[in-house]
Amino acid sequence: MATTEGATGSVARTIRKAAKGSSKSVGASHAGALTPYLFMAPYLILFAIFVLAPLVSALWISLHNWDYLLPGKPFTGLDNYTDLFSGTGTAGLFWQSMSATAQFTLYSVPPLVLLPLGVAIVLNQKIPGQKVFRAIYFAPYVLGVAVVGILWRYLLDPSVGLINYYLGRIGFSGDLPWTNGLPWAWIGLVGATVWWTLGFNTIIYLAGLQGIPRDLYEAARVDGANNWQAFRNVTLPQLRPVILFVTTVTILASANVFGQSYLITQGAPGGDTRTAIMYITDEGLGRFRMGSAAAMSIILAAALAIIGALNFRFLGKGDDY
Amino acid sequence: MDRMRPTRTRHTRRDFMVMGGSATAGLILAGCGGGPEGNPAVSGSTGSGSGGASYSGPPVQLAFWNGFTGGDGPFMQQLVKDFNAEQKNIDVKMVVQEWDDFYAKVPQAVSSGTGPDVAIMHINQLATNAARTVILPLDDVAENLKLTESDFNPIVWQGGEYNGQRYGIPLDVHPLGFYYNKKVMEQGGLDPESPPTTNDEYMAAVEDLKAKGIEGSWVSPFLFTGGLQWESLVWQFGGDLYSDDGTEAIFNEQGGVDALTWMVDLVKGGYSPKNVGQDAETIAFQNGKNAFLWNGIWMINAFKEIPDLEWGVTQLPQIGTERAAWASSHNFVITNKQDQDPNKIDASKVFVNWVIDHSAEWAQSGQVPAQNSVRESAAFNKLNEQSALAEQLPYVHFPPPVPGIGDVDTIIERGVQEGVLLKSDPQQALDDAASQADEILAENAEKYQA
Repeated sequence: MATTEGATGSVARTIRKAAKGSSKSVGASHAGALTPYLFMAPYLILFAIFVLAPLVSALWISLHNWDYLLPGKPFTGLDNYTDLFSGTGTAGLFWQSMSATAQFTLYSVPPLVLLPLGVAIVLNQKIPGQKVFRAIYFAPYVLGVAVVGILWRYLLDPSVGLINYYLGRIGFSGDLPWTNGLPWAWIGLVGATVWWTLGFNTIIYLAGLQGIPRDLYEAARVDGANNWQAFRNVTLPQLRPVILFVTTVTILASANVFGQSYLITQGAPGGDTRTAIMYITDEGLGRFRMGSAAAMSIILAAALAIIGALNFRFLGKGDDY
Repeated sequence: MDRMRPTRTRHTRRDFMVMGGSATAGLILAGCGGGPEGNPAVSGSTGSGSGGASYSGPPVQLAFWNGFTGGDGPFMQQLVKDFNAEQKNIDVKMVVQEWDDFYAKVPQAVSSGTGPDVAIMHINQLATNAARTVILPLDDVAENLKLTESDFNPIVWQGGEYNGQRYGIPLDVHPLGFYYNKKVMEQGGLDPESPPTTNDEYMAAVEDLKAKGIEGSWVSPFLFTGGLQWESLVWQFGGDLYSDDGTEAIFNEQGGVDALTWMVDLVKGGYSPKNVGQDAETIAFQNGKNAFLWNGIWMINAFKEIPDLEWGVTQLPQIGTERAAWASSHNFVITNKQDQDPNKIDASKVFVNWVIDHSAEWAQSGQVPAQNSVRESAAFNKLNEQSALAEQLPYVHFPPPVPGIGDVDTIIERGVQEGVLLKSDPQQALDDAASQADEILAENAEKYQA
C-alpha cells in the first residue's frame, strides 16, 4: 500500500524490530530503551518547534490584546473568546466566514472524493494512451493557487468572462453572477477547485487500486461476481484506508481554503464567500489584532479536530490501521 | 498538503493602496521581535545633521522600499538612479513589492532592524504606523527644508500629521477622476468633447446611451472602484465617513444613503449591468462597452497604451450638492530601525528632499505633485490629463489621521456591495456597516491608547 499511512506503519514496525533487535543483543541496557525515542527524535523536534510551540504561543497570545509592536499587551483573559461568542457586529462577520468555510467544505469534499475515484478506476484500465491521460488529469495540480485563481477569475467574470460569453452564445442568459452572487459563486469556486486538485486524489486512488492483489479479483470471478459486485466487495473494502486518507486530507485542505476565494470572489457577495482563513489573516496581519486572531484560529483548529475525529470514527471503524 | 496555501497577488491596478490589510502569509503569531521601544530616535530627537539639506558623512547605503509594482515603478527607479549619480556618499537601493505585502512586512522588518531606511506610505497608513512606532517624526526635516503648509496643498499637508507631529512628507496626490470613452459617447449620440458635469447632464447622457442599447455607467460592487465612487459621492451629498475625531462612523446618515441610492439607481434603471465583476467596469471601458468610468488618476498611462481607445479624463461630475473627490497620497517616511546609524537618517532626509524637488518627473507616472511650486511648473502643466485632475485638489478628501482607520475599508466595501448587488436596501446596508465600523473604531481606540 503506497499511502502515507502504509509507509508510516512499516517504518514503525521497522523501528520496533530494530528496538527489539538491539535490546536482545545488548541486553536490557539503557541505550536499548532509548533507541526508539532516538529514532523518533528528528520528527519530534521539528514537531515541537513548528507545531507544539506555535500552538502554545497562540494559546497564550489569544488571552491578550496583542500587537507585537505596541509596548502594552494587556492580559484580557478569555475576552477574545467571549467577544466572538457574544454575537455582536464583527463577531457576526467571523461566524459568517466560518460558515463560508463550512459551506465550501461541504460542497467540495463529495466531488473531490468521488470524482477522482471514478477517474482512477477508468485510468486503471488497460486503455491506449493511459499514461498520457494520467498526466493530463494530474497537470492542473502542479499550478500554484495564484495562477489558478487569476485564470478562473477571467473565465468566471460575470460581465466580461468567457464562460458567460459562451453560455450567451448557446442561448442561455449569459449574465450569471459567477463571482459575486449565490449560489453561483460557490459553484464557481468548487468547480475551479475540483478542476485544480482532482489529479492529486486520483493519483492516490490509483496507487491504492494497484495495491489490491489481483488474486482477490480472480477469486471473485471464480465465485461468479460481475463487475459491480467485484467493485462493491473487493475494490471498496480494499480501498477503505485510502478513502479514509483521501477524505481526511480533502476535508482539511478544503477547510483551509484561502487562495481561491481571495483571488476569484474576494469574499463577494457581501462577505458570503470570505473564508475563515481570509478573515483571520485580515484580523492578525491587516489589523494587527493578533490576540483576537489567535483566538479565532484556535476555534477553527478545534472545529477541524472534532471533524477529523468524527471522520476517523465513522470511516475507520473496525479496522486496524 | 500545500495546495490551499495562501498566496499573495493582487491586480496591479489596485496596487496603490492597501485594502484593510488583506495581506497574507499565514498567521505568524509567534516569534515576532520586541518592539523598537529602545530606540532613542523614537523620542522625536531625530534632529542630527542638516535635516536633509546636504549630506557630508561617510558613505552609506540606504534601503528604499515602496509598492510601485506597476507602471509607476520605472519612473521612481529613474529618479533613484539620477539621485545616485549626483551623490557621492549616498547609494540608494530601491526594493519594490506589492503594497499588501509591504504593509504587513515593513513593521516586522523595521522592528528586527533589517527593514528599509526610507519608504513610501499612503496617507491613510501614516497614523497607524506612527502609533505602532514603525516610522519617525519628521518635523525637523520639514523645518530645515523650509517646507511649510503654504508650500503644499493644505489638505494633504495636514494629513501627514499625527498627535501634533509630522510623520510623512507628501510626494503626490492621486485623486479619483472621471474617464469618458469618446467612441461610446458618439454611439449614444452624445458630444464626445463635453462630458456631463452635473447630475442632470449625467442622467440625460446615460438615458441617451440606454436608448441606443448601451449600459453607459457601470457600477462596481468592489472597493475599487465602487467604494471610491461611493466615498466621493458621500462628500458630494454633504455627508462624511467619520465624525471629526474619527471615533464614530457617520456614513449611514443622509449623505451616505443618498450616495449609495444614486449608485443603486444606476443599476436598477438599466444604466449599469447587475453584478459587475472585479475590474469589469474598467475592462468594459477599454473594450468600448462602458462610456463613463470613475477611476483613479493612475489609469492614465495604462489607457494611453491602448492604441484604439479614444478617451478623455476630467474632474468628477458634481452629482450632489457640492464638489468632492476621493484621493490618496504617497508620503515619504523614515523608519524607526533598531540601532539605526544616525548618518543613514541624515542621508535619508537628503534623499527625500531631492525627490520632492524632482516630483514633476514623478507626475508623469500618473500623479499630481503635492508641492505647489512643482504643480505650477511648466513641466507639470504639459501633462494635460494630470493637470485636469489637479483641479480637484481644493476639494479632495482623506480619512482622518486615526490609527487603524484603514481597517474599516473592508466594512465599507461590504456595505457598498450589499447595496450595489441589490442584496439589501441602501439604508439597511449602511446601517449594518456603520455599526460594525463603530465597533472596529472602538476596538482600535482601546488598542492604540493602551
